[in-house]
Amino acid sequence: MNKVTPTDHPFNSNITLEQISSLERASQRDNIGRAWYKFSRNPMSVVGLSLVVSLILLAIFAPYIAPYPKHAGPFTDFPNAKTPPGLDYLFGTDQIGRDVLSRIIFGLRSSLLMGVVVLVLVVPPGVMLGLLAGYFQDTWIDTVSMRITDIFLAVPPLILALAVASVLKPNLWNGMLAVSLMWWPWYARLVYGLTTTLRNESFVSAAEVAGASTWHILFREILPNTLSPILTKISIDIAWVIIIGSMLSFVGLGVQPPEPSLGTMIADGSRYLPDQWWISVFPALTIVLIVLGFNLMGDGVRDMFASEES
Amino acid sequence: MSLSRFLIRRTAYSIFVLLGLSMVIFIIARIMPGDPARMAVGARAPQWVVDRIRTHMHLDQPLPVQYYYWLKDALQGDFGLSLITQRPVTNDIKEFLPASLELVILSALISSIAGIGLGILSAHYKDTWIDNLVRVFSYTGIVTPSFVFAILFVLVFGFTLDWFPIIGRISDNLTAPPLHTGLITIDSLMAWQPKVFIDAIWHMILPAMALAMGSIAQAARITRSSMADNMSKDYIAAARTLGVPERLVSGRLLLKPSLIPTISILGLDIAATISVAFLVELIFNWPGLGRYGMTAMLHKDLNAISAVILIFGAIFIIANIIVDLVVAYLDPRIRLRAARSD
Repeated sequence: MNKVTPTDHPFNSNITLEQISSLERASQRDNIGRAWYKFSRNPMSVVGLSLVVSLILLAIFAPYIAPYPKHAGPFTDFPNAKTPPGLDYLFGTDQIGRDVLSRIIFGLRSSLLMGVVVLVLVVPPGVMLGLLAGYFQDTWIDTVSMRITDIFLAVPPLILALAVASVLKPNLWNGMLAVSLMWWPWYARLVYGLTTTLRNESFVSAAEVAGASTWHILFREILPNTLSPILTKISIDIAWVIIIGSMLSFVGLGVQPPEPSLGTMIADGSRYLPDQWWISVFPALTIVLIVLGFNLMGDGVRDMFASEES
Repeated sequence: MSLSRFLIRRTAYSIFVLLGLSMVIFIIARIMPGDPARMAVGARAPQWVVDRIRTHMHLDQPLPVQYYYWLKDALQGDFGLSLITQRPVTNDIKEFLPASLELVILSALISSIAGIGLGILSAHYKDTWIDNLVRVFSYTGIVTPSFVFAILFVLVFGFTLDWFPIIGRISDNLTAPPLHTGLITIDSLMAWQPKVFIDAIWHMILPAMALAMGSIAQAARITRSSMADNMSKDYIAAARTLGVPERLVSGRLLLKPSLIPTISILGLDIAATISVAFLVELIFNWPGLGRYGMTAMLHKDLNAISAVILIFGAIFIIANIIVDLVVAYLDPRIRLRAARSD
C-alpha cells in the first residue's frame, strides 16, 4: 500500500495527477481486500459463497455436466422407470424413466433465473419509490406511495402471488411477474425508512444549501448511503424468492412440464411416496441446499457491511 | 397516548388497509381474461341469459361502479357462488375456515413453546454442545421451506415409522362430534368424546409441525441472541451484586425484556403461516381454507379466490394488531415513546 506522506497529499500542489489516480486505485484495492477479509472471517460465509457459485456453474453448464441431458425434456424410458439410486442413475429415475439428477441440474436454471429476474425487476422501482417518498416526507408523494405500500404489505406475499399467478397463464415468466408484483413494497419500505433519517443529516442539508438539484441529492447523496442495507437484503431475499418460485411450481402455477423445475418434481414425486422416495426427496434437498447457500452468503454480506459502519 | 386510543387508531388504519386490499383483489379478479357472466352461467347457456346475468351482476357498468356493488355485497358477507362447489362462497368458508384455524392455532402453540424453550436452553448453555445443536437446528429450520418439511414428515413419521396418520382430520372409524364451533378438538370436548379429541390432535400433529418448523427456528434464534445480549448488560450484574434472588433475575429481569423481540417476530411469523397452510393443507389433504383456496385458484374460481384472500388478509391484519398490543403491554418503553409523540 502506498503510504501517504505530507508531500504527496492530494492537497499538496506538487503532486501529479498520475500519483492521485494511483493512490485512488490503491485505496480501492484496499477496500476490496478489506471487504473480502470481513466476508471471509466467518468460514461459513465462504462455504455459502462456494455453494452458490457451484450451483450457478452447474446451472449454466447443465448440458455438459448432466449425465443425461436429453432427460430434461419430453423423454420417456419406461423399462428404466422408477429405478432406485445406483451407479447408472445416482439419484434414481422418475415415474417415466428420466434421470432425476439430470432434471435437478436443469431445474436449477429456472430457480436461479427466478431469483435473479425478480430482484432485477423489483429493486429499482422499490428503491426509487422509497427514496422519493422518504425525501418528500409528509407530502402527497409520501402519503400516496406509502399507503399503497402498506396495502401490499398487509398480506403475506405468497397469497397474493398465488392469486395473481392463478389468473394469468401458468408459466415461468408469469410466475416471476406475480412474485415481482408482491415484492417491491419491501424495498420501498426499507429505503423509505433509511431516507427519512438520512434527509436530516448535515451532508444533505449542506448539498441543499449549496443549491444541488433534487436529482443530485437523491442519487448522489442519499442513495449511496442506503446501498449496504439494500445489498444485504438482496442477498437474503434471493433465497426467499426461490422458495416462493418453487412453491408456485409445486402447485402447478409456475414452470410447466416437461420443463424441469424443482417444485414440480417434488409435487409429482410426492405421489410416489414412500416407495419411490428419491423422485421427490432429492429435488427437495436441492432446494434446501440452494437456500442454505444463499443464506450463508447473505450472512457474510451482512457482516461485510455491518463492521464497515461500526 | 393511552392503549385504547392506540387501539382505535390502529383499527381505523387497518380498515383502510383492508379496503385497499379489497381494491387490489377486485383488480386482480378483473384482469383475468374471459367473460365473468359467461363463466357464471356456463358455456351452453343462450346469449340472452348471459346478457341478463351481465346486467344483474352490474358487469355492463364502469369498473368503479362494479367495485361498489362487489364491496357492498362482500360487506354483507355475500361473495357470490363458488364455481367448484356451486354453493355460496360464504357457506364454503364457514365450513373450511375452522379446520385451518385449528391447525394454525396448534402450530402457533407448538412454535411459541418449542421456539422460546429452545432459545432459553440455547442461551442458558451458551457455547456448549447444546447451544451448537440448537443453532444448527434453527439454521436448518430457517432454510427449509415448510412444504419440504411436510413431505419429509409424511415420509419419515407417516410412512416409515408409522407414528402419525397423514390424511384428514379424524380416523375413518370414528364419527365427528356434532358441530358447534367447527373446531373438532373443542366440539369433541363439548360432547365429551375424549377419544375423538385425542384422535383429532393426533391427526393435527404432523401438519402443524410442518407449519411450525420455520417459526420455531426463527423464535429460538431470536430468543437466544436477545437473551445473550441482555445477559452481559450492567443491570443484570447489578441485580446479582445486590443479591436479588436468581429466580427473579433470570425470570423477570432477564427473560421478560428478552422475549419482546421474539414475540413481535413470532406473531408475524404465526400470522404468515396462514399463507403457508395453502401448500401444507394440500399435502396432508387437510380440508381447510388453504386447500379450498388452492383448488379455487387452480380452477380460476374468482369469487372464492377473492373471498379467501380477503379473509386471510383480515386475519393477518388482526394478528398484527394483537402483536402490537402485546408488545406495547410488555414493553413500557414503547408506551412511553407513544405517549411522548402524541
